[in-house]
Amino acid sequence: MINVFTAISQWAIPLFIFFTITISQFRGVKVFETFVEGAKEGIFLSIKLIPYILGVYVAFGILKESGALIFLLSFLSPIYQLLGIPVEIFPLMIVRPLSGPASLGITMDLLETYGPDSFIGRMASTIDGSTDTTLYIMTLYFGAVGVKNIRYALIVGLSADVMAFLSSVFFVKLIFGG
Amino acid sequence: MNYVFFFLISFGIVVAAITGNIQSVTTAAIQSANSAIERIIQLMGIITLWLGLAKVAEKGGILRGLARALYPFIRWLFPSIPARHPAIQSILMNMSANILGLGSAATPFGLKAMEELQKLNQDPKTASEAMCTFLALNTSSLTIIPSTIIAIRLSLGSENPAEIISTTLLASATATITAVLLDFYFRKKNSARGDGHSI
Repeated sequence: MINVFTAISQWAIPLFIFFTITISQFRGVKVFETFVEGAKEGIFLSIKLIPYILGVYVAFGILKESGALIFLLSFLSPIYQLLGIPVEIFPLMIVRPLSGPASLGITMDLLETYGPDSFIGRMASTIDGSTDTTLYIMTLYFGAVGVKNIRYALIVGLSADVMAFLSSVFFVKLIFGG
Repeated sequence: MNYVFFFLISFGIVVAAITGNIQSVTTAAIQSANSAIERIIQLMGIITLWLGLAKVAEKGGILRGLARALYPFIRWLFPSIPARHPAIQSILMNMSANILGLGSAATPFGLKAMEELQKLNQDPKTASEAMCTFLALNTSSLTIIPSTIIAIRLSLGSENPAEIISTTLLASATATITAVLLDFYFRKKNSARGDGHSI
């Protein structure tokens, strides 16, 4: 069973690239020209991300080096120990529904500090990959069409996020071992 | 996010001041700014590669193919949208882009879907059931290829950057199932009470 998941992980990207360029080629798409056109947007997107990532890096840098982060986390650690979640993940869980670039910054910071293949690194990767910016999307989508009363949408979205956090912890432990 | 940012920095500086560690704030601020730029430069290559591929997938109809496969599922989830309504198409394209981890391609389709859903909405100030279902699906984000995360892992020297595909798929599937079930529960509860926001 575990091998199946390893295989999915190894094959997903090569297969996606292969089918994308092969199908497109046979449908008469100018593959390279189209690729370059899309890649241009990638450069702009990366540049647009810089201020967000930099802001989060600086905020967390100050919080860590001043000793304030350890102080904060020591408060929360009993609750997290009870749930079996490493307390280092806490900031990511708070910021994830609010801002995509900011939570990306936190994930990068966690992976850099603990290593991408550590327990915390894998967990941060899974949490960031499996959730979305619930509050941001709700504000953007409902705001765009002028809906004021969003009824039960927010509670559903945030419950799904909590579920994603808990199942990330569970599946990372199950597949990679805690 | 503004409050979070304010809190992180001011709390850090206050703690540093109390513990007599104030010079660390300056060093931390400058060093973090430097390493943020280094990280982004490393990431740029893969973000650019992925958006290039995304464009090819869009032009070559890969997204449309995935959308067709999802059609029966969407019909079942959105009983209030008439068949062949343009909202269905936008919802499908938005979901397909999300599944492939192409977040920036998903947003324009998502906004289009909301516009179409608003045309069907009886009370434009209040979210319709279909809108709530759409947002539930969208924010729980079923994902197969979390491309950006894989890129970061690669740039930080992971031995197997793609290994988190399986855990991401499982966790996001759990979240999506939770969202669909909760949405269904609230929809039933409201229609049982006969509150006027059907559709």
